[in-house]
Amino acid sequence: MEHTPPPFFNTGPSPLTRLLIFSVLSLALLIADARYKHLDAIRQVAAVAIYPLQRIAAAPASLLSRLGEFFTTHSALRAESARLAQENLASATLTQKTRALEAENASLRKLLEAREQQQTRNTLAQVLYAARDPFTQRIVIDKGAQHEVHNGQPVIDATGVVGQVTRVYPMLAEVTLITDKGHLIPVLNARTGMRLVLAGTGVRGVLELQFVPLNADVQKGDQLVTSGIDGIYTPGLPVAEVTAIEPNPLATFSRVACKPLGGVSNNTRVFVVQGSDALPPRPPEDSEQAPRGRKGRKGG
Amino acid sequence: MINFYPGEPQEILKPAQTGFVVFTLLMALLINLLPWAGWGLWVRPDFVALVLLYWCIDQPRKIGFTIPWLLGLLMDVADGSLFGQHALSYTIVAFAGIALHRRVQRFAITPQALHAVPLLLLNDVIVLVIRLVAGSDFPGIWYFLGSLIGGLLWPLLSFVLKLPQRPRADAGHA
Repeated sequence: MEHTPPPFFNTGPSPLTRLLIFSVLSLALLIADARYKHLDAIRQVAAVAIYPLQRIAAAPASLLSRLGEFFTTHSALRAESARLAQENLASATLTQKTRALEAENASLRKLLEAREQQQTRNTLAQVLYAARDPFTQRIVIDKGAQHEVHNGQPVIDATGVVGQVTRVYPMLAEVTLITDKGHLIPVLNARTGMRLVLAGTGVRGVLELQFVPLNADVQKGDQLVTSGIDGIYTPGLPVAEVTAIEPNPLATFSRVACKPLGGVSNNTRVFVVQGSDALPPRPPEDSEQAPRGRKGRKGG
Repeated sequence: MINFYPGEPQEILKPAQTGFVVFTLLMALLINLLPWAGWGLWVRPDFVALVLLYWCIDQPRKIGFTIPWLLGLLMDVADGSLFGQHALSYTIVAFAGIALHRRVQRFAITPQALHAVPLLLLNDVIVLVIRLVAGSDFPGIWYFLGSLIGGLLWPLLSFVLKLPQRPRADAGHA
C-alpha cells in the first residue's frame, strides 16, 4: 500500500533473497522426494494436518449422492432388489461350488505336498476422490494404516482389478490405478496361459500389453487375469480384455491394446485385498534386510 | 481519487483482515480439495494460486513467502504429487505478485485480470516442467484452460474479497 513507507524492505532479507531461499528449499524437497524418498515422515504429518479439510471437502459430494439415494423411487428400489436377489442366488450357487472346489483343491495340494494357497481378506473402502492431478491416474480411499492397509496391496472392485495401494497415510490411502502411466501388472492370458506384462498408458480406459512377440498367440477378446508370480496380486483376478492388436513387422513386438474389466475410475466403493503375506522368503541377494547379502555386497 | 489520509480505516481493518486472509486461503484450499473429476478438473483454476495472487497484489506485506510455501506443501500432500512442486510454483507466483503489486494495483479490474492470467500460467508451467522432468507425459493443451478461467474469475474474486473492506473504504476503491 502506498500510504505508508514500506518497512517491507527493512524487515529482514529482500523479497528476491527470500524467493531464492524458498525456491532452493522447494527444489531440495523435490530432489529428496524424487530421488531418495526420505520425506515420508513429513508427508505423514502434513497429511494428518490436511485430513479434516479433505473430509470436509469430500462431504458435499457424498451428501449429494446420499440425497440422491434418498429420493430414489419405489419402483427403482424394487427393481434393484429383484436384480440383487437374482444375482445373490446366482453367486450363492457359485459360492457353494467354489467351496467344494476349494476343499478338493486343498486335499489335492496336501496330497502333492504343495504350498497351501494363501487366504485373503478384503476390506471395503470408500473412494473419497480422484486425485486432482491431470498427470496421474489415482484415487484416494478412506482406509489407511489404521485399518491395516499397506503399500502394494491390490485394490479390486466387483468385476476386476482397479489398482494398487501406493501410499498409506494414517487414515487414508492413495491407490494408483492400473491405467496410470508406468503402472505394471504381471498377467496371464486366460486362454493360452501365456505370461505377459500389462502396462498402464496414462489414458483412461486403455492398457497396453508389453513385449508381446510378433508370433504370440494373442487374440481380440482374450481375457487377462493376474498371474500372481509377483506375490502381490492374488492369482486369477480378472484384469483386462484385449481390444486391438497391431502387429508391426518393423518392430520386435506387436502393440496390443486392452481395456480394463474393472470399473477403474467409475467406482465409489472398492475392496483392498489384504493378507498376501504367505509368500516364501526371497533369495538372499534380493532381500535388503538379509545382513549376509549386504555385507557380501559391500565387501565385494 | 486516492485519499492519502484515510488513516483510521486501515488501522481498524488490519487485525480483522489477517483473519480474513487466512480464512479465504483456507477456503481456496478447501475448494481445491473438492472432488473435481472429468472435465471439471480441466476447467478448474488453481484457487489457492488465484487467491494467493490476489492477496499478494492487494496486501503484499500480509503474505510473505512462508504462507505460499506451506500452502504448496499441503497441496502436494493432498494431491499425492512430488513434494515441493506446488511449494515452488506458489512461492514464485507470490514473488511475482509482490514484485508487481504497485503496478497492478493501479489498473482497473479487467487489466488486473490480464496481469493475473500470465502469472497463473507461470504457475502451471512451473508445475508442468517439474512433472515433465519427473517423467510424466504432457497432459494436453487443455491443461492451461484452468488459468484462463481463473482470469475470468478475477473480477468476481476481487469483488468478494473486497466485501469486508467495502463499508469502510470509500466508493472509489473498486
